[in-house]
Amino acid sequence: MLEVRDLSMRFGGLLAVDGVSLNLNEREIFSIIGPNGAGKTTVFNCISGFYRPTGGEIQFNGHAIHSMPDYRIARLGMVRTFQHVRLFNRMTPLENLMVAQHHQVNTNLFAGLFKTPSYRHREQEAMDRAVYWLKKVNLLELANREAGNLAYGQQRRLEIARCMVTGPKLLMLDEPAAGLNPRETRDLNELIVSLKEDYNVAVLLIEHDMGLVMGISDRIAVINQGRPLAQGTPDEIRCNPDVIKAYLGEE
Amino acid sequence: MLAKRLPFAALCAVLTLVMGLPILGLNLTPQGIHIVLKSAPSATFMWIALGAAVVFLFQLFKDYLSGFWRQVPLPKASSFTPNLEGRKRIYAERAGWFLVAVLAFAMPFFASRGATALGNLVLIYVILGLGLNIVVGLAGLLDLGYVAFYAVGAYSYALLHQYFGFGFWEALPISAILAATFGFVLGFPVLRLRGDYLAIVTLGFGEIIRIVINNMTWLTGGPNGIGGIPNPTLFNMEFGRIVKDPGDTLFYKVLGIEYNSNHKVIFLYLITLVFALFTVFVIKRLTKMPVGRAWEALREDEIACRSLGLSRTGIKLSAFTLGAFFAGFAGCVFAAKQSFISPDSFNLYESVIVLVIVVLGGMGSQVGIILAAAILTMLPELARDMAQYRMLFFGLLMVLMMIWRPQGLIPMKRTPVELARE
Repeated sequence: MLEVRDLSMRFGGLLAVDGVSLNLNEREIFSIIGPNGAGKTTVFNCISGFYRPTGGEIQFNGHAIHSMPDYRIARLGMVRTFQHVRLFNRMTPLENLMVAQHHQVNTNLFAGLFKTPSYRHREQEAMDRAVYWLKKVNLLELANREAGNLAYGQQRRLEIARCMVTGPKLLMLDEPAAGLNPRETRDLNELIVSLKEDYNVAVLLIEHDMGLVMGISDRIAVINQGRPLAQGTPDEIRCNPDVIKAYLGEE
Repeated sequence: MLAKRLPFAALCAVLTLVMGLPILGLNLTPQGIHIVLKSAPSATFMWIALGAAVVFLFQLFKDYLSGFWRQVPLPKASSFTPNLEGRKRIYAERAGWFLVAVLAFAMPFFASRGATALGNLVLIYVILGLGLNIVVGLAGLLDLGYVAFYAVGAYSYALLHQYFGFGFWEALPISAILAATFGFVLGFPVLRLRGDYLAIVTLGFGEIIRIVINNMTWLTGGPNGIGGIPNPTLFNMEFGRIVKDPGDTLFYKVLGIEYNSNHKVIFLYLITLVFALFTVFVIKRLTKMPVGRAWEALREDEIACRSLGLSRTGIKLSAFTLGAFFAGFAGCVFAAKQSFISPDSFNLYESVIVLVIVVLGGMGSQVGIILAAAILTMLPELARDMAQYRMLFFGLLMVLMMIWRPQGLIPMKRTPVELARE
């Protein structure tokens, strides 16, 4: 469903990403790993449209998306989370999930002012979806708090829920386990697998927690200094001498 | 502790003297055709020295003073708004709105003519404040040229009357829509700007509109303004003593009562009140609608919005357009109330006042803004003798508010949504 060919991204004299290719199948968990500063997040930003790549092609379900504005890409069913949680802090978790469904509700000004039946109906549906996902990520009790006051792990879960209410085909998670304790990481692990199994979502994952990555990934790509280093199943990656060298250094 | 602060306190006192002596101690007095530098009376120097001493002592004992200050608890928002959960709070809120509306409707029948006219002015600022609140408080776009749309609304009515003979009720929607169009057009170029840059561009736009009106003398009468703008009528009944428009009748003759010049003031107040309530209602509903949620989301995090498929273009434009719509609305009412408008009514000072109302009231909070509009409009009228200190007073008020309640008099509260439990 997602095909990245020969992606490169240049910032002035710095070639941050150079010749990265990957393709993602439906219902697949694909991880990108690599040392700090390897260019993983840059790849993410290129795919999700926050950067316009300087070279290469990106196809998503038959659409060429490498020159599309970010919000249009999101509407095609590709949503992402951020390395540093980006919630609407002064709004409640419920409102966060309602905003995310902006394109599923009736945004007509007059329909809203007069609360027409179609408006009420779509609004109720959006509310039901929001409540469903709040329950799924175990935040229903906190639905009316301020999102900015939630604990860090809860904020991470809310961000994933906010992506899921949009009904995505591809979910991109940028270091979802960063800052989580071992128990929360275990829950996250279960959540991601359930998204794939029960909601038919493909997941593109950047993560440093090797336990999580090796446990749930179907395939893994390793990037080092902007260049692709290896690609394969977790077992292949674990035994790949190049990968070991990049991570641990040479003997 | 004291010894530590001593050098700084001394420096502050010296600075006070350096600043104060030439400014207050020396006077330029005209003598014939010359201007002579004269020293102020010795009492003035006493005051300057006293001022320096106060500054010195204040800086010296600042820590003790601020410690004493903090002993006094800050006013809590819950003492203004009932702190009940969910449905109960919504009912209490509705009852509160209803009570205020009833009191506001009854007010002109008991209050004096002056108080009613002042109330009318308060209501116009309520509409302006609530309109600007969409742009600044909800969408988080700092707009320093809001008064431009107010001017567009007022001049729309004045010009439509002057050239095409439009009455108040026909001009009202047109004024609002014209102002909204201006908001929409301004929205386009400023969309990519944020924060300070946006503020500068809107500031410039506000001044451009005023200067254009000032200079297009052939159309707008320039600095002389436009007079003879008719007051609103009620079913073609005029409130004056004699008929101005041949097609109209007179209120006191139709009702068979004695002529009273207060009728006009009361009527103006009442229709402005209806418009203000309309504004409150519409904006309250807007904030709960998808577009209102999107405004707030955009204020909170633009990047997250984009990642969820919300286009900032449409959302920012809608905020600008709707904000301008209400300014145009208020402008038309203002022109009808004053009967005379000139570019002087739409200077930067007006933009600042409306912005102060929004910030002081609490960004996004309707109750706070209404309260702030009332306070900021009534205070200068009540203290007319102190008129030249008005800006000083505003500045002081803003500084104090930023220290005590940066979130405003009555901060915005979110309505909790009831969730079904199984």
